[in-house]
Amino acid sequence: MEIETKVHIGSENDIIEARERGRTIGKIVGFHPVDQTIIATAISEIARNILFFANQGMMSFEVINEGNRRGILIVAQDAGPGIPDISMAMQDGYSTSRGLGLGLPGVRRLMDEFQVISISGKGTTVTMKKWVAEYD
Amino acid sequence: MEVPILKQSPHLITTIQAALTDADLIRLQDALVEQVGRYRSKGVIIDVTALDVMDSFATRTLRSIAHMIKLRGAETVICGIQPEVAFAMVQLGLTLEGISTALDLEEGLALLNQ
Repeated sequence: MEIETKVHIGSENDIIEARERGRTIGKIVGFHPVDQTIIATAISEIARNILFFANQGMMSFEVINEGNRRGILIVAQDAGPGIPDISMAMQDGYSTSRGLGLGLPGVRRLMDEFQVISISGKGTTVTMKKWVAEYD
Repeated sequence: MEVPILKQSPHLITTIQAALTDADLIRLQDALVEQVGRYRSKGVIIDVTALDVMDSFATRTLRSIAHMIKLRGAETVICGIQPEVAFAMVQLGLTLEGISTALDLEEGLALLNQ
């Protein structure tokens, strides 16, 4: 099955599109339904950040293999204003927008690997991975 | 997408049937807050059984709706949060503290009619 692995984020509908794409790919990779929901929720949060802070951006999804592990790699890129203080933005309770003060730290808890690179005035790239867990 | 609101006197019942955009959620909020006064409703049930993702915006909006309904003199029950959705919400740090929840519509109605 061929899946379009990039979703342009430029409207609220794109947020829904992105998380549904992530869920579909998660299912194919073999994620447990709980983890499919976790991935979709993380995508929703990050896509919303793109829309609020940068107006638009791109999210891409990739199936990854490492040894005998399988997972999903999600990269979110925008050319927005960037995050002035990432270490502060990663603290629970900090928020600059309409957030609950747990945007990025919350998403980091959902995923196995989470990295934010932001350059002031140039944009932000969020890279996150989740590996298929064995529920036995 | 318009979310239908059913009048089941003295309550309002709304069932979210598909993923909603932020704008849809805000429209639902405005409609509920207005109709609770128009129909002098005592309770509002928001059935989210069909929602497969509850992110921070959706959670915050549902919480706002419940608080506004409370200020308008009625009670809100949110029902049908799916197990995997509940799991993801807790991981993300989202809560519906102070807001009544129920397993499904039947339990939600029972709670309002107590």
